Amino acid sequence: MADVKEMKKALFGPIVDSNPIALHVLGICSALAITTKLETALVMSVALTAVAAFSNLFISMIRNHIPSSVRIIIQMTIIASLVIVVDQILKAYSYEVSKELSVFVGLIITNCIVMGRAEAYAMKSPPGMSFLDGIGNGLGYSFILIVIGTIKELFGFGTLLGFEILPLVQNGGWYTGNGLLILPFSSFILIGLMIWAIRVYRPEQVEPKE
Amino acid sequence: MSAKKETLGKTIGVVVAVCLACSIVVSGAAVGLRSLQTTNAALDKKTNILSAAGLLSEASNKAEIAALYDARVQEKFIDLSTGEYVDKPSEDFDMYKAAKTQEFGVSVDDKKVGFKQRSKIANVYHITNEQGDVSRLILPVHGSGLWDLMYGFLALDNDGQTIRELIYYQHKETPGLGAEILNPAWQDKWDGKQLFKNGEVAISVAKNVGNDNEYAVDALSGATLTSNGVENTLVYWAGENGFGTYLKNQSWKS
Repeated sequence: MADVKEMKKALFGPIVDSNPIALHVLGICSALAITTKLETALVMSVALTAVAAFSNLFISMIRNHIPSSVRIIIQMTIIASLVIVVDQILKAYSYEVSKELSVFVGLIITNCIVMGRAEAYAMKSPPGMSFLDGIGNGLGYSFILIVIGTIKELFGFGTLLGFEILPLVQNGGWYTGNGLLILPFSSFILIGLMIWAIRVYRPEQVEPKE
Repeated sequence: MSAKKETLGKTIGVVVAVCLACSIVVSGAAVGLRSLQTTNAALDKKTNILSAAGLLSEASNKAEIAALYDARVQEKFIDLSTGEYVDKPSEDFDMYKAAKTQEFGVSVDDKKVGFKQRSKIANVYHITNEQGDVSRLILPVHGSGLWDLMYGFLALDNDGQTIRELIYYQHKETPGLGAEILNPAWQDKWDGKQLFKNGEVAISVAKNVGNDNEYAVDALSGATLTSNGVENTLVYWAGENGFGTYLKNQSWKS
């Protein structure tokens, strides 16, 4: 059984030390698209964390039985099933948000973080650790999404989770919303800045010059 | 990876087992959550109707929306060719599904609206005020935008010609361009516009119309095809192939 230190590393390591977005630059597409509002970013984070954790768990449980010739297909099947279940749950319990996330929930299937962790970690590790690794990577993804969602919603719309923080000029306040931050590509710039910040803080992540 | 698990039989066995397990989980979730999902979809529709009715600010939670809907909204069915009220054709009647059936389908000649068949029975919603008189009419409208059909509700005053709201609830237009049909600032522009001029359909969506023209609304910049789609939709549904006859008869007043 893995010791506590190893479990902590699997769970919290991916937040800063080996963040799936910042270090591996995986799962960027969805991170760009759904961070305009903090609420959708939060729901997407929870959905992805759940899918990553459970797909890692199930794949790890049957890892010794998966024939290597069809392992990617089997991983995909498991991940796709989990995504459909998550989508159904969202439609049942959070209809408004599921309408806004629309196609992106389905696209968790193609999110490289989930596949990447299944292939790189869950295929070789016991179920408990794989589950923690899934949660950890989900948290790493969530961390970036939440930071970017917060910046974009606060400075783009003057609100957080729909509550007004900076009163907009249109509503009689003083703040003019930054239109650039509402557009998806501004996340690209923000993610770039975050990668820069993380690498200043952890210089060992900087790739050597070729 | 041991050689043992690479046999054909084992591979197929594992694949079949995984597929079976996954399909059971997926179908279990779909069936188990269906009733909640239909409730949500129905509530979403009610919310949109109340929003078109201008009543949404009076309700704050799901229970209030349902109660307000029951109190103030009446669903009616009309025969589009005569404009007269008819009984609900069947318990689960849906005018969009009925359009494709033999029994209710009518072919549409107008190429611009983007659909080939419509139902001959349509539903409309009466919004009643506290005294029980009809204060607004909500008409379901749909027509093609840039990418796909856009579905919405057109709210009219009880004179059958002054527009109050145009609320789209289902569309696939481009975010930031065509999807601005949902922008409250643009939705506000519809308030007070006139559908007919001397009995002819006059409403249009055009460039630089300003706020004084009561028969036209400013087109969305960067979304000409969506704007054209909105105009075509309204012209069709206000015309005699759509709700035109019904609106002229003003049957809701009798």
